Amino acid sequence: MIKVEGLTKRYDRTTAVDHISFEVQKGQIVGFLGPNGAGKTTTMRVLTCFLPPTEGKASVAGYDVQEHPLDVKRHIGYLPESPPLYPEMEVDEYLAFTGRIKGVSSGGIRRRVDDVTERCALGDVRKKLISKLSRGYRQRVGLAQALIHNPDVLILDEPTAGLDPKQIIETRKLIHDLSGEHTIILSTHILPEVSTTCQLVIIINQGKLEAIDTPENLTARLQGHETIFVEVEGPADQVAARLQGLAGVTRVTRKDGQAGRNSWEIETAKDHNIRSLLAHAVVTSGWGLHELRPVGLSLEEIFLKLTTSDKAAEAAAEKQASGGTS
Amino acid sequence: MKNIWVLAQRELKGYFASSIAYIVLAMFAVIFGYFFYSATAIFVDYSMRSMMQRGMAPPVNLNDFIIRPLLMNVSVIVLFLMPMITMRLFAEEKRSGTIELLMTSPLRDIEIILGKWLAAMLLYLCLLGISALNILVLFLHGRPDWRALLVGYLGLLLLGAAFLGLGSFVSTLTKNQIVAASLTFGVFLMLWVLDWVTSYSTTTLGKVVAYLSITTHFEPFAKGVLELKDAIYYLSVIFLGIFLTARSMESLRWRA
Repeated sequence: MIKVEGLTKRYDRTTAVDHISFEVQKGQIVGFLGPNGAGKTTTMRVLTCFLPPTEGKASVAGYDVQEHPLDVKRHIGYLPESPPLYPEMEVDEYLAFTGRIKGVSSGGIRRRVDDVTERCALGDVRKKLISKLSRGYRQRVGLAQALIHNPDVLILDEPTAGLDPKQIIETRKLIHDLSGEHTIILSTHILPEVSTTCQLVIIINQGKLEAIDTPENLTARLQGHETIFVEVEGPADQVAARLQGLAGVTRVTRKDGQAGRNSWEIETAKDHNIRSLLAHAVVTSGWGLHELRPVGLSLEEIFLKLTTSDKAAEAAAEKQASGGTS
Repeated sequence: MKNIWVLAQRELKGYFASSIAYIVLAMFAVIFGYFFYSATAIFVDYSMRSMMQRGMAPPVNLNDFIIRPLLMNVSVIVLFLMPMITMRLFAEEKRSGTIELLMTSPLRDIEIILGKWLAAMLLYLCLLGISALNILVLFLHGRPDWRALLVGYLGLLLLGAAFLGLGSFVSTLTKNQIVAASLTFGVFLMLWVLDWVTSYSTTTLGKVVAYLSITTHFEPFAKGVLELKDAIYYLSVIFLGIFLTARSMESLRWRA
């Protein structure tokens, strides 16, 4: 449904998105995860034809974003980070307007507005001015606007940002209900959000794609194991056997080393810190140990960043709140 | 076509909801009303005196004494009020982020531009309507030449359309309405006074610069003379304004 190949977007000096490639199947919910400024919004803006890519290709529902932008736009419902609302309009009127500019026929518009207002639980504010709505309602009007022309693809940029916990849960449930008939991409910088709603997670950091996987696999990869890279000078099969035999080692994979050297990636259970054990085993066998370092940390670091930045923000907010009361 | 009308309707509603429309229309009504009253009062005074004194020529006609100067006045009032109409067109959408909605909806840029321009045009028509209401009073008491008046209004229409084209271009350059309004006003004022060069320069360059002045082309219209070259001037400015707006919108995508 969505195909991105080598997508790159450069601004004056900075590279916001750097050669990202991924594919999304029909009906999937995909979470874009990354810290603020990672390039999530830029990628989404390219997909919605708001920005042209500097390099690479992107297509939605089979249409290229640069060659057939009108067709792409017809198939996409987009909720930007701050919902694009006209405060002077009533909810109904606004939704009818967005429906018409997105190509809903004037005969079908009534039904579509009824449908999306019901889905997004806007029934009791339909005749209210948007300027009088609370933050949560505005977000829902934004979502209703994205749904009005019943698009195949929904692109939601931080749909839960700035909502209170109850609203967050409602929004997540709504997004979950929408999956199946719609393909959804949502971005967030909050880790638990993707694990609760998404089937596929795309982690990007500083414009680069770091990982694509299911939330379960990602969690397993990060919490279950530690991967260590070693380069050993010695007879390959003996070394492999020796490494395999160490306590706590779950898997040994041979890597292409530099000329004459052999290297392996060793996966271990997280609790076992086997680095010293490993070094000891290699040295006592009389082989040369050239290199020993943990790998895959970058992803972990990102996760750490994500989780800690969330916690740090919460802590800061709490501190502010308590400071305000005292 | 349908999209242009949908966008124009929304824009027009925005004008009235933000009360800009009421302010512009009310200000115009008061200022024009004052001008109209003064012009007729002077006319009446002049005719009274010409009747009492011998040797003074009777007034020629309503067109020369009232309508022509009034239409010239309208062109200047419009110059002052127009920035208030165009300042929000794109600047407001950029500030509130709704431009993202328009630009990610299946609309062509030109539809967005023409929709907004049409809405501004309709508001401007309301404004001209107010002036027409005043001038129609003359028909109750006299017999002005309606054809000359019609040509005058055609001129105002073209003048306004040209102002709106340029104004909407300036509005795409910023997300601040005040900046948009100030810039637009500066551009309009400059275009108005460009013909001053004719009073001290007779070179070709001087003539070219004077030709660019937006209000000199209105004078024949005010007199009731329809000249092709002036009509073409305004049509070119309208086209230029819309063309520049389109280019600027395109560059928004590349710069954003």
